[in-house]
Amino acid sequence: MLSYAVRRLLGAIPTVFVIITISFFMMRLAPGGPFNLERPLPANILRNLNAVYNLDKPLLMQFFIYLQNLVHGNFGPSMVYRDLSVAEIIGSGLPVSIQFGGAALLLALVVGACFGSYAALKQNSMSDYSVMIVAMVGITIPNFVMAPLMQLVFGVELDWLPVGGWGEGALANKVMPVIALALPQVAVVARLTRGSLIEVLRANHVRTARAKGLPERIVLWRHSLRAALLPVVSYLGPAAAALLTGSVVVETIFGVPGVGRFFVQGALNRDYTLVMGTVVLIASFIVLFNLLVDLAYGFLDPKVRYD
Amino acid sequence: MTNIRKAFLPVLGGVLAGAMLFTSVAQAEVVFHRGNTGEPETLDPHRTSTTYEAHILHDLLEGLVVQSAEGIVVGGAADRWEISEDGKSYTFHIRENAKWSNGEPVTAGDFEYSLRRILTPETAAKYANILYPIANAEQVNTGDVLPTELGVEAVDDDTLRITLNVATPFFLELLTHQTGLPVYPPAVEEFGDDFVKPENLVTNGAFKLEEVVPQAQIKAVRNEFYWDNGNVQLDTVYYYPTEDRAAALRRFQAGELHVNNDVPQDQVRWMRDNLEGQFKASPRLGTYYYALDTRDPAMSDPKVRQALSMAIDREYIVEEITGAGQVPAYSFVPPGTNNYGEPAIADYATQSMLDREERAIALLAEAGFGADNPLTIEIRYNTSENHKQVALAIADMWKPLGVEVTLLNTDVATHYAYLRDGGEFQVARAGWIGDYNDAQNFLFMVESDNEGFNYAKYDNPEYDALMDEAAATIDLEKRADILRQAETLFMRDLPFVPIYHYANLELVSDKIEGWEQNLQGRHLARYVKIKE
Repeated sequence: MLSYAVRRLLGAIPTVFVIITISFFMMRLAPGGPFNLERPLPANILRNLNAVYNLDKPLLMQFFIYLQNLVHGNFGPSMVYRDLSVAEIIGSGLPVSIQFGGAALLLALVVGACFGSYAALKQNSMSDYSVMIVAMVGITIPNFVMAPLMQLVFGVELDWLPVGGWGEGALANKVMPVIALALPQVAVVARLTRGSLIEVLRANHVRTARAKGLPERIVLWRHSLRAALLPVVSYLGPAAAALLTGSVVVETIFGVPGVGRFFVQGALNRDYTLVMGTVVLIASFIVLFNLLVDLAYGFLDPKVRYD
Repeated sequence: MTNIRKAFLPVLGGVLAGAMLFTSVAQAEVVFHRGNTGEPETLDPHRTSTTYEAHILHDLLEGLVVQSAEGIVVGGAADRWEISEDGKSYTFHIRENAKWSNGEPVTAGDFEYSLRRILTPETAAKYANILYPIANAEQVNTGDVLPTELGVEAVDDDTLRITLNVATPFFLELLTHQTGLPVYPPAVEEFGDDFVKPENLVTNGAFKLEEVVPQAQIKAVRNEFYWDNGNVQLDTVYYYPTEDRAAALRRFQAGELHVNNDVPQDQVRWMRDNLEGQFKASPRLGTYYYALDTRDPAMSDPKVRQALSMAIDREYIVEEITGAGQVPAYSFVPPGTNNYGEPAIADYATQSMLDREERAIALLAEAGFGADNPLTIEIRYNTSENHKQVALAIADMWKPLGVEVTLLNTDVATHYAYLRDGGEFQVARAGWIGDYNDAQNFLFMVESDNEGFNYAKYDNPEYDALMDEAAATIDLEKRADILRQAETLFMRDLPFVPIYHYANLELVSDKIEGWEQNLQGRHLARYVKIKE
């Protein structure tokens, strides 16, 4: 299994390289540049800026300079946030995003799987319907509606939690953003779990297990739930990559210092180096999580073998 | 107290820290929470370009001169200065007790170093051109002469002489911009670009930098060495990048913010009714306008431009669309601008909309447009709900003239890149917030050689001559007259059609004192007091 993982990771290098190349040139096709914002800069000033950031060199040369730096692990300076290098931006925001995304993911998985299984076991009962209606609502109400609503209720009206801000990283400041981030995922996980569990509960091996007289507890835990989690796990790969690299909506509303906001700002500001850093990071995350998902299959599904 | 807190923080853990932040356990520590609407791009005063940075930098660093709470130029690091009779030479005397946050005295040499640094090409300062009135500044900035040739000289430790190219009556105003702030030379020499990090930054303002958490908060604390420290009430200031205006309003309601620099525009009515005077709107030094491309066959006719301007019901726009204290604009220079007096107001400002519409139809007919030959116009704007509403309303107002309007929106970078690179258009939205409080800072935009800002490609030698004459005039009243003549031409030819003057929209808690309204919306924390 280790050699499988190593092979997969090595195979990802060309993929990431192609992504970097395409992104680098596509970004330059977008009109405007990092210094071309609402207040136009005089030609002298623009010339100085372009010289400092190598933007006065031919595009191909810039690409090679970028690749050369990248090989040395240097993402370059941010062209807009001039006190910070891209590595510093990612270094300060990513741990926060991973913490928030990780907590939200865990919450989504545990709560979602519980609700989903409960609904599946009580299929077509009132409890099933109510869980699924709540889940449907959770999927359809977007973050930018739910988050302000939570702020108003729990922050302004009830005064239980701070409305926003980082507050030196206090726990109270993290509760609402994590829940807001997790809610839509809880709903998706619940629906996925319910659907696949219902299917598995009707499968031949479950009927056999029951016919053997195994207690319902073992039928459910050992023979059904494991198989039922397969689609959930495949969903979790990309979901994790998305959650752990930050959410611009939740970060902006609650003032969480994650990387999501920098990434979106980077694209809007045409902060070339920051956008490239983002691309490399997200591409690596997706490669990594897809690998983790495939490895998890091996534990959940005895039919999967790595050789 | 601060030290005890610091020692205990890791032990007590994050939860308590949060509780302390909001309940302010430390006795008598006065903490000010300021919503600052955006993430600063840098805290290097020489690389700065946004107002978010200005708000922080003016608390950390102090220039030769500063603005009072009301926005008037008063002494800063220099307590007095003399201006030569020809207006070209300024001699500043550094305040005797001006000190850096490490206790070292502030010297004229520090300012000489700083002004040279901002103009050095390698610094790549976005706002370097604001200092071009200084002798040789432009040549230094383009790399043609060495920084030592700059017209700034430290005569001795306490005396700084600045020589200008031409008399610049607004030069003191210019120096209140954040680009006029000093850096501490030994720190820049030792740490290079990292001199702005909290552990390295040495400041000479009322506060010093304690902590930066990107996208979350910046914390500044009292600078004990500040010369006017005795009159500063605040011990700690937090700046939050409250990009989401609606979320900032909720934080304000919950008492987490004392002030916020901006408000959610769509909740103006609610704030007026429910915040008991804590929502403040005041005139701002800025104008929202439509540029008309004079190269376009139809737009090249001044009659067409006049007709389009006349038919815009600005009162409707500020009351029904923006609705938060913006002022209808019938001149390009905002009312109340320094060294100017009454702007050159368009004659139709006081006419009824019906009369104006009639006049506009007649003008368009003279230009050859009417029901049988309708004028078609495309309005370009950068994507935003407000800009769209304004464009739709104006399209409606132009309809009775037989004008058919289509809209085209692109994101802000694309929009301005297109205008800047000289792309052709008919009508394009833009806005301008003055960098310094002087009419010249508005009227210079349509000088024919202003590549960056003259989107309309307006080219009128008479106008250019007036602007040159104003630049060479020292007598402020005479200069104001000349500038007003230039604006009269502007309002006749209308390369830009002014629509409204911006407003400063702020949330200010009723616990706050010393937050005076001023045109540039500049509020130094040293003037702020918190009542309890």
